[in-house]
Amino acid sequence: MQPLVWPPMANPTLFSLEGAVGIIFLLTIALVVTGGLIAVVSQRLVRAVSGLAICFTGLAGVYYFLLSPFVAMMQLLIYVGAVSILIAFGIMMATPEQEIGPGNAWISRLVGPLGASVGGLFFAALTILGLKTPWQVFPRTAEASGDIEQVGKTLLTSHSMVFELISIVLLMAIIGALVIARRGRN
Amino acid sequence: METSIWRPIIYLVGIMAFAGVNAAYLGWCERKGAGRIQRRPGPKEVGPAGLLQPLADGIKLMTKQLLVPQGVDGIIFRVAPVIAMIPAITSMVVIPFSGNIQARAMELSVLLLFALASLAMIAILLGGWASGNKYAIISSARAVSQNLAYEIPMLLTVIAIVMISGSMNLRDIAIDQQGGFWHWNIFRFENGHFLYMWVGFIIFFICSIAETNRAPFDMAEAESELVAGFMTEYSSMGFGLFMMGEYLNIVVGACLTATLFLGGWDCPFGQTPGVWWFLLKIYILIFTVIWVRWTFPRTQVYRLLNLSWKILIPFSLVNVLVTAAFIKVF
Repeated sequence: MQPLVWPPMANPTLFSLEGAVGIIFLLTIALVVTGGLIAVVSQRLVRAVSGLAICFTGLAGVYYFLLSPFVAMMQLLIYVGAVSILIAFGIMMATPEQEIGPGNAWISRLVGPLGASVGGLFFAALTILGLKTPWQVFPRTAEASGDIEQVGKTLLTSHSMVFELISIVLLMAIIGALVIARRGRN
Repeated sequence: METSIWRPIIYLVGIMAFAGVNAAYLGWCERKGAGRIQRRPGPKEVGPAGLLQPLADGIKLMTKQLLVPQGVDGIIFRVAPVIAMIPAITSMVVIPFSGNIQARAMELSVLLLFALASLAMIAILLGGWASGNKYAIISSARAVSQNLAYEIPMLLTVIAIVMISGSMNLRDIAIDQQGGFWHWNIFRFENGHFLYMWVGFIIFFICSIAETNRAPFDMAEAESELVAGFMTEYSSMGFGLFMMGEYLNIVVGACLTATLFLGGWDCPFGQTPGVWWFLLKIYILIFTVIWVRWTFPRTQVYRLLNLSWKILIPFSLVNVLVTAAFIKVF
């Protein structure tokens, strides 16, 4: 798959193809950030799950910009289409919406600042790392093109062990689910 | 050639027009078809043969008040109908209407369609939950378990097609079937695929009816049990958007069936391939969907789930294995 615009221009104007692509990229970033904020800040669980779904959609856009459309589609199909829906399903089935009580006031007052500072530290560290590292530009190879044929070939040749391990994990999950479902029947 | 700004604009307008006309007039077709099957005339007052009925319905829906009842989750309640429409229209971008009418022939277009189909499920889930109505919540729980169950055999059947064509690009899959009905995936002579591909076709068609929540699988809006399911609290255009989304999903399902199994825009006798054959195929499929809805009674939830988990999934798994064997052996 070819990049949308290649080679990238240094300073594109706003009303060119590069400019439009840049705006779309910024929109996907905005989706990730707003989705993440909704997921963290909102009081109602279903709204938080919706925020999570928005965040995953934005992430799929970022993957697309990283020239791996297959991972982007899988992100949409699995995380937005299945994982968030299962979470929302679990919330709907589990308990009715309840007021968030004061609980232990001492701890709950401490949780916010602590979380914010840890998140801020991580963000600062990653930013410094990203800015300080001398990034190398590798030439685009067939293995790195991210198209599905290459993904399939690497999964069945050089990464076949990973493939087998994942299938064993999935098989165990299926058998476990069957055992639990069967036990509840009598 | 691709850099012209007019191409995306023309396709955008064309797809919107196609989607709008279909969403409006499939409602008319369905009411006429239902009338025919139930021995009554159907809509006939507005315009000749009731042809202006969709217009009248649209004006009625748009001029009604958009009620937001107390106790609903306002934002999600208003956003859910829009989410129901977006994936349906976006899916049309990758559908090959003919050899040279396709907005974007991207690789992985099959995957994109399924990713978007799973987004449509979110609309029903959120709409039902946000209504704060117990019928709506039961309905969205049913819809989600149904859609998750029927997505699996649908994807497995598509895997068989992808294995035969060796591509996930809808355009390549359609081109692979050109040259007469004996090349179509459902009757494919090459490698003897015609011996079993009709099983895959039937599984896929049943799943596409179930995925669009149509009778006999319309557990989500079973009006005799759940008032109107997830649409109970919606009035005016909120309800209208859900209905339009449902009809557009039927159109997308028919397009996908026609492309994957019935040769896309190919003529059955290899003479005049073109967009007319594609439209003929999808409207025959849509007519079948309407016909099935008004002929069969609604099933029950446990029967619906049993059909998927105990019959369709084993059959589609075997279908994948048999396809692999036929490709390798013959």
